Amino acid sequence: MYYAVSLAILATMALALARAVRGPTLYDRVLAVNMLGTKTVLLLAVSAFLLGRPDFLDLALAYALINFIGVLAVLEFFRNRQRKLSAKQPGEQQ
Amino acid sequence: MIETLFSVFILTLLVVTAVAIVQTRSLFVAAMLAGIFSLMIATVFFLLDAADVALTEAAVGAGISTVLFLAALALTTDEERVKTQRRSLALVVVAAATAVLIYATFDKPEFGAADAPAQQHVASWYIAQTAADIQIPNIVTAVLGAYRAYDTLGEVMVVLTAAIGVAFVLSARRVQLPAEEEPKLDGTGLRHFLIPRVVGRLVIPFILVFGLYVQFHGEYGPGGAFQAGAIIAAAFILFALLEGEERAIAALPLRALLFMGAGGAVLFGATGVVGMVLGGNFLEYANFFADRATSHQIGILVIEAGVGLTVTGALLAIFHAFAARGRRE
Amino acid sequence: MQLIVDGVSWVLLTAGGAFVLIGGIGVVRMPSFYTRMHAMSLTDTMGAVLVLFGIMLQAGFTLAALKLVAILLFLLFTGPTAANALASSALLSGLRPGTDGKIAATDKPA
Repeated sequence: MYYAVSLAILATMALALARAVRGPTLYDRVLAVNMLGTKTVLLLAVSAFLLGRPDFLDLALAYALINFIGVLAVLEFFRNRQRKLSAKQPGEQQ
Repeated sequence: MIETLFSVFILTLLVVTAVAIVQTRSLFVAAMLAGIFSLMIATVFFLLDAADVALTEAAVGAGISTVLFLAALALTTDEERVKTQRRSLALVVVAAATAVLIYATFDKPEFGAADAPAQQHVASWYIAQTAADIQIPNIVTAVLGAYRAYDTLGEVMVVLTAAIGVAFVLSARRVQLPAEEEPKLDGTGLRHFLIPRVVGRLVIPFILVFGLYVQFHGEYGPGGAFQAGAIIAAAFILFALLEGEERAIAALPLRALLFMGAGGAVLFGATGVVGMVLGGNFLEYANFFADRATSHQIGILVIEAGVGLTVTGALLAIFHAFAARGRRE
Repeated sequence: MQLIVDGVSWVLLTAGGAFVLIGGIGVVRMPSFYTRMHAMSLTDTMGAVLVLFGIMLQAGFTLAALKLVAILLFLLFTGPTAANALASSALLSGLRPGTDGKIAATDKPA
C-alpha cells in the first residue's frame, strides 16, 4: 500500500529537481527547494512506516522545521541583496 | 530490497544535483542546490537506518549550512570568477584518484554482511555491553556519551574553536547600525511580510520545545545534543531573520552566546574531573551513584547538556558574526 | 473493521499520491513562475494532508500518530506561509506575471 505513494513522491522529487536545475529565475529554484523539502518530509513519514520504524518520525518533523527556516532565510537574503544592489535588474535570468 | 531501490534512485538524483552545483556560475544557486544535496543525502542515511546521522545532516547541513552560506554570500559577490587557464593536470589527477577509489570498492565486504570486520570486533562488544552497563535503547548515544566520551569532548572543542575562529576573523563585537534604518516598517514592506512574521513568531516556541525534546530524548530514540543544538540555533536564527538583527542581539546577546559556548565545554570537562575526584578515570561515570546504570545515564545527560549549550552558542555566534557585519555597510 | 480502516487509508494514500504527482508535473510543465507557484502550493499542502491522514489511520492511537499530527499541523501552518513569502518576495522584486490575457511564455522583469 505504501509503495505506490512512495513511487509518486520519488517521481515528484525528480520533477522538482528538474525545475531546480532548469528554472530560469532564482525564485523558480527556491520554489523547487521548498517543494523538495516537503516531499522529503512525506517520503520520510511514509518510509518510516514502510520500513517498520515509527520512531523515526522525529526526523520528518525536524526536516519540516529546517525546510521552513531555510526558505525564509533565502528570501530574507534576497531581500537584503535587492536592497543593496538596486542598480542590478531585479528578477534577472540566472 | 525496496530501500535499496529507493536509495539508488535518490543517489541518482544526488549525482544530478552535484553536476548542477558544479556547472552553475551563480553562487546563490549553488548554495541552494547544496541545501537540496544535504536533504537528499540525509534521506539516503535514513534509508540506510542511520537515524542519528540523518538528523544531524538535516539539521546542520540543510538548515544551518545553507543559512551561513547565504550570509557569507551577502557580504561578497555572487558570481563565480571565471578561470581562464585550462586545468588538464588537475583533471588527470582527479580522474586517476577516482578510478583507484572505484577499484578499491570492489574489495569491500557485502553491504550489511554479518561477517564484515566492522561488525565483528568492537561493535558487538558495544551492543552487548550497553545492555549491561547503561541500559538505554539508543546504542549510538551510549557509545557517544559513555564509551567514547573523550572523542565527543574533542568534537565540542572543535566546534568551539570554529566559533572562536570565525569571531576573530569577522570581529563583530558590537552591532553598529548605519544611519538609515533597514526599511522594515515602511508601508508596503510591512503589508507584504506580515504573514511570515506572524506565523514565524507563532512557530518559534514549538521549535524550541522540539529542540529540547530532541536533546533529552537522545537516549531513547534518534537525537542527541548536536542535533538539538542545531535546531535550537535554527529557532533563534528564524527570530533574527524575521525580527531583525538588533532585536535578536537584544534577546540573546553576544556575551551570553560566548558564555554558553565556553560554559558547555567547561561543563563537559567538569563532569570528567568529577569522575576523577570520585576515584575513577577521567570521564568515568560509574562512581557517581550507587547504581551503575543510573550513574551512566546521569553522566550522559550532563555531558549532552554541555554539548548542546556549546553547539547552540557556537552556531549562533557564527551567524551573528556574519549578519552583524553585513549591517555595518 | 480493520478492512474498512485499511480501505479508507488506501484511498487517502492514493489520493495524496495523485495530488503530489500532479503538483510535480505542474511545476515542470507550467509556463511561468506564478503558475508554477500556484501548482506547487496547493497540491503540496493537500497532498501532505491526505498522505499523513492515511498513515495516521494505520498507526492507531500510538505516540507515532501524535507525532504525525504534529507534523501535519506544522506543514499546514508553514507550507502556505512559505508560499506566500515566496510569491510576495518575487512580486516585490519586480517579477511580473503575464498580463496580456494569455499565459505568458516567461515572466517579464519589471
